[in-house]
Amino acid sequence: MRKLRVVIAKPGLDGHDRGAKVIARALRDAGMEVIYTGLRQTPEQIAAAALQEDADVIGLSILSGAHNHIAPRLMDLLKEKGLDDVLVVIGGIIPDVDVPKLKAIGIKAIFLPGTPMQEIVDFIEKNARTKAEV
Amino acid sequence: MIRHEAVRKDCKLLFLCGTQKLLEHEANDIAVDEQLHAPMCAERQRMPIDADVVEGREAGGVLGEHASDQANGDPHGSGPPEGGRHVLVPLKPDATCPVRLKPDATTYNDRQMKTATERAETFTTISGRPIERLYTADDLAGIDYARDINDPGRFPYTRGIHSTGYRGKLWTMRQFAGFGTPEDTNARYKALLKAGSTGLSVAFDLPTLMGRDPDHALSLGETGKCGVNVTSLADMETLFDGIRLGDITTSMTINSPAAMIFAMYLVVAEKQGADWQTLSGTIQNDILKEFIAQKEYIFPPRPSMRIITDIFAFCSTHVPRWNTISVSGYHIREAGSTALQELAFTLRDGLEYVQWGVDAGLDIDDFVPRISFFFNAHCDFFEEIAKYRAARTIWAHAMRERFGARDERSWKLRFHSQTAGVSLTAQQPYNNVVRTALQALSAVLGGTNSLHTNSLDEALALPTAEAATLALRTQQIIAHESGVASVADPLGGSYFVERLTKDMEDGALAYFDQIDRMGGMVEAIERGFPQREIAEASYRFQQAVERKEKIIVGVNDFVQEDESPIEILYIDESAADTQLAKLEALKKTRNADRVSRSIDALRNAARTPENLMPRILDAVRAYATVGEMCDALRDVWGEYEEVPII
Repeated sequence: MRKLRVVIAKPGLDGHDRGAKVIARALRDAGMEVIYTGLRQTPEQIAAAALQEDADVIGLSILSGAHNHIAPRLMDLLKEKGLDDVLVVIGGIIPDVDVPKLKAIGIKAIFLPGTPMQEIVDFIEKNARTKAEV
Repeated sequence: MIRHEAVRKDCKLLFLCGTQKLLEHEANDIAVDEQLHAPMCAERQRMPIDADVVEGREAGGVLGEHASDQANGDPHGSGPPEGGRHVLVPLKPDATCPVRLKPDATTYNDRQMKTATERAETFTTISGRPIERLYTADDLAGIDYARDINDPGRFPYTRGIHSTGYRGKLWTMRQFAGFGTPEDTNARYKALLKAGSTGLSVAFDLPTLMGRDPDHALSLGETGKCGVNVTSLADMETLFDGIRLGDITTSMTINSPAAMIFAMYLVVAEKQGADWQTLSGTIQNDILKEFIAQKEYIFPPRPSMRIITDIFAFCSTHVPRWNTISVSGYHIREAGSTALQELAFTLRDGLEYVQWGVDAGLDIDDFVPRISFFFNAHCDFFEEIAKYRAARTIWAHAMRERFGARDERSWKLRFHSQTAGVSLTAQQPYNNVVRTALQALSAVLGGTNSLHTNSLDEALALPTAEAATLALRTQQIIAHESGVASVADPLGGSYFVERLTKDMEDGALAYFDQIDRMGGMVEAIERGFPQREIAEASYRFQQAVERKEKIIVGVNDFVQEDESPIEILYIDESAADTQLAKLEALKKTRNADRVSRSIDALRNAARTPENLMPRILDAVRAYATVGEMCDALRDVWGEYEEVPII
């Protein structure tokens, strides 16, 4: 069984990347293939990266409050590209009131401040299906 | 028991006995007792010795003879011994001496270990620095008060830059604020001033910070969310409507487009009738830390440094009381660095700016007095206090000795601090009030000149008005009720704090050497050095938290399952809609020709060495937008893309 392939992305203008980088490293240490997109990615760029990298998982790091714009746009693009079986999760600062909307468009988990790295690793291992399995 | 001060030299132990005579014995003749002390050796140097147990010997023997024939240097004089055991006094190891105490060396700390148990194997600061159980006068050996510490207001200003401490003037209570539209933030500023804030501090939104207008594709969903949106001079006029810029000081957290935002502020001040010669405030304008930590860069490093030196030069003539830069460690620390890295990288950034200013032909004493600093106020109480004291010491020496600055204003490090946002939790948010209070107290005990305290909802959203007020009250209670502001540097003389201060100073200087050998900070950044240090430190810290080596109350211990959510400030898209509409209207009413000519002039000027500030002021007066001005510079310099280091 091949390793899980995870794209960790920083969408939008925000440059605060501590969380994204720590998670990327934790996932790598847990045996996953991690592709970090770098900063200031558009939803288009992220969807393209997911396609190109044959990603099983996309992890979005969003602390800027732009999630209500970014997430729906990305989910639409993934659907267009036939990538709707990719597991999409968000880490960052998301007001409680926005969580249901994000879940409704297919974001499978939202990891808020204080979430242990292991919890994220476990969730991804449990919920992502590799292309080999699908 | 007779105590002898002892020194090891060339395998012989030299004793300075009670009569100050030097006695000499072969090392293996003696053993050292477990008592310890820390006097000066014969050469006035602290030198450690192997701390084995010492047994005295009989007359004619080895130790502690006090007969007058000792004056001849004959250690084996025949006078009567003092009797009893003669105790060698082992000294603590010192960085300058190569001889180290053996692992089983007996010190107070170790001796107690035989009888007491402790809650952990080791105790470290939040940065991972090991700390002893106890600090004593021993730990200050080699430190000379007048030379190394001195009184407040005297070089090297370890104890503060003002001889009166806070008795002359309290620190400025400067609360960072900004959200939504300029109208929203103007109201918040008025409320903060009414509540007792003594300075203003502007938080801009991501489009403004990144030099984008609200109608840019990347700005969608971002306008007004993390700070106030300022697109043109019109927004700056609204932001400070009813606030007399000549009567207050304002700090603006802006970096890549700092010159444009500063120019807008200057024009508003001018329109209000304020005199630039007396106008005071700060722009953060610290691009190096953007490359290292905050990542809000636009242009590559070298052209970014050019804009900064242009601002230094412009202000030294036109706005001489303005703090042209706030060299920042806050963001470096928030990104996960240790306290020492925060100290070292920030000050080394400062040295880099000074070097670039000097290389640009400026007289050092013309611009260095207007350089200010910005540190984090993090959780480890004493480590932070030591950090601030070390910062002042290092800067004073560097300015006077490395750069030859003659004006004492160039030697005095002034800093703002902000309590650590990253330490505040989403869980049990009221705990954050306590964290912030302790962090603020450490900044005050460290002599901060200006302070921002975070709000309890920091991990959830931008602050509500109530949370922002409580944060301000925290400072006011420290200032007016705790008594700590009545004495300058009250922790001066603490064995622990002075030792920690000196250790941090030494550690920072070691980092300076490393970075100097790389060719300077710009080179170090291009190699990814500080970024790598930060990535390592942040991962280590997270691992420590998950292993419960570091406890975060409410998060990995003392957790509450059923917490009721608190009300937060929710910013919707209406701010973006408002700003978009204003932008559209502005483009219809302003003189399009004047804008495009000023933008062309700016773009052309960027290709020459001329100072860009006059061109930027022209464009600002024509109501050019932040996006338009930054795009002109993007055309010439391109955009920087980092190689991410995980």
